[in-house]
Amino acid sequence: LIYCYRKPKTKRAKRFLEKREPKLNENTKNAMLIKGGNANLTVTEVLKDIYAVKKPFAVMYKRKNITRPFEDQTSLEFFSKKSDCSLFLFGSHNKKRPNNLIIGRMFDYHVLDMIELGVEKFVALKDIKNSKCPEGTKPMLIFAGDVFDVNEEYRRLKSLLIDFFRGPTVPSIRLAGLEYVLHFTAVDGKIYMRSYKVLLKKSGCKIPRIELEEMGPSLDLVMRRTHLASDDLYKLSMKQPKGLKPKKKKNISHDAFGTTYGRIHMQKQDLTKLQTRKVKGLKKRPAEKSAEDGGATPKKSKSA
Amino acid sequence: RLPREKPPPKPRPPTRWEQFARLKGIRRKKKTSLVWDEQAKEWRRRWGYRRAGGDPSRAWLAEVPAGADPEEDQFARLRREKRERVARNELNRLRNLARAHRAGSAVPAAPLHPTGHQDRDELRTVARVARVSTASLGRFQPRLPKESAEPPSRSGGKKRRFEPLLGNLAAERSRQLELLRDMGSKKPVLDITRAVNKQLRQEEAEAAAANKGKKQSKRGKRGRRQQRPGRSGKKSGARRQPQQQKKAAGGGSG
Repeated sequence: LIYCYRKPKTKRAKRFLEKREPKLNENTKNAMLIKGGNANLTVTEVLKDIYAVKKPFAVMYKRKNITRPFEDQTSLEFFSKKSDCSLFLFGSHNKKRPNNLIIGRMFDYHVLDMIELGVEKFVALKDIKNSKCPEGTKPMLIFAGDVFDVNEEYRRLKSLLIDFFRGPTVPSIRLAGLEYVLHFTAVDGKIYMRSYKVLLKKSGCKIPRIELEEMGPSLDLVMRRTHLASDDLYKLSMKQPKGLKPKKKKNISHDAFGTTYGRIHMQKQDLTKLQTRKVKGLKKRPAEKSAEDGGATPKKSKSA
Repeated sequence: RLPREKPPPKPRPPTRWEQFARLKGIRRKKKTSLVWDEQAKEWRRRWGYRRAGGDPSRAWLAEVPAGADPEEDQFARLRREKRERVARNELNRLRNLARAHRAGSAVPAAPLHPTGHQDRDELRTVARVARVSTASLGRFQPRLPKESAEPPSRSGGKKRRFEPLLGNLAAERSRQLELLRDMGSKKPVLDITRAVNKQLRQEEAEAAAANKGKKQSKRGKRGRRQQRPGRSGKKSGARRQPQQQKKAAGGGSG
């Protein structure tokens, strides 16, 4: 907004532009779901289900767009700029790459990472007949398989999937609101995505018993091509502005166990003149006092 | 932990007014949003729809000020002044914007400031920039006695200039004869010793520049005076010959 050569003439336009400009605390990332020139039924169904999962923060493009993201990224960047989306999911189908999904993210409206996944098996939301979570539920993400930590491409895929399915950042969580679980397993070169609904059942103690019921889309994916960002571009995108660091309070430190320690700085104290709690039993009797005074005339002794 | 969507916002440089206000210590006065309108006897906005001073477009009276021309149209004057104010405001806003934009990508002017340690080439560049920064781009600047007579080309040597076809017959003849002579002679056109020496000198200059970048002003003249005899001494002369022979062998076989 500050660098606009044409100032917005209405308040609504101003709000629109303010929403899109770079900020300290960013908005929730939006995802755009695009169909390629030859998207088949499976791929369309996948896109529709992911749209249902990501509902308020996703944009579904209705028409087919004949582009090839791995060759030419300009049209994706144009869409991203127009709809202010930094995540995208592009679905297409070829004889060479059947049931193809390209999942990717953008930095500053330019493509950062892109990973091509092939869908081998897909079970849609409507195929599993049970009650579903409400729309816009923030999911819990579980990643199983040590490949996700070891292999560089799988690590980026994990980061991409977290970015994609994270939803809005919240300051606090309510136990009853944790309803949706997305479970990603990487084994034998394949990635299995399953979604479960969390049922909190009564149990003897305060912590409820958890039951997972399968619902939602389940995908069997295989990783095909990747287009990962170079290291310096990735580092640039990870750069956090200084204003986001929490302000350090002086003289307060935190333990690994969660204990908070504080330091108080005192001046040197005269321990003889210290004001302690008065214990009546330790009070000086008048007889003792006179003995201390060294024979000075004692006053009338008071009865204890 | 996760990459950002957009780069973090850059703090924009202060505008001309903001700089002045900071200098003078002027602070923003908080203004109330509603003002009491005496005529309408109610609280009205300070500006905007139904503002406190009445609708300016329906003002039916415009007093002629004391020293003004009685024939002048006051309404036209008011309209003209408003247009000028709006235009000046817009101009200043665009200027501030351009200044902010320029501040981000400005070429630093550090090389132009005199330090004690600039070498001949740097001083030549500085002198050229100083000459060109006049209103007529240095065309009428008097030249120093030892400076080059002809001004350097404005395009920096990019445009090619050709001789006229039928100009100097004698020059053309001598040029053609020289060409034939060079083609016929057995001696190679590229003098390898000179090429190698030039390359070595260039490398040494680069190394010296890199060192100068690291260890600055302390050395200065003293450093340069000490370096010179080292460079053109016997040792480096001896060093040049075996390398030159190796290069000649390489040039001969390759």
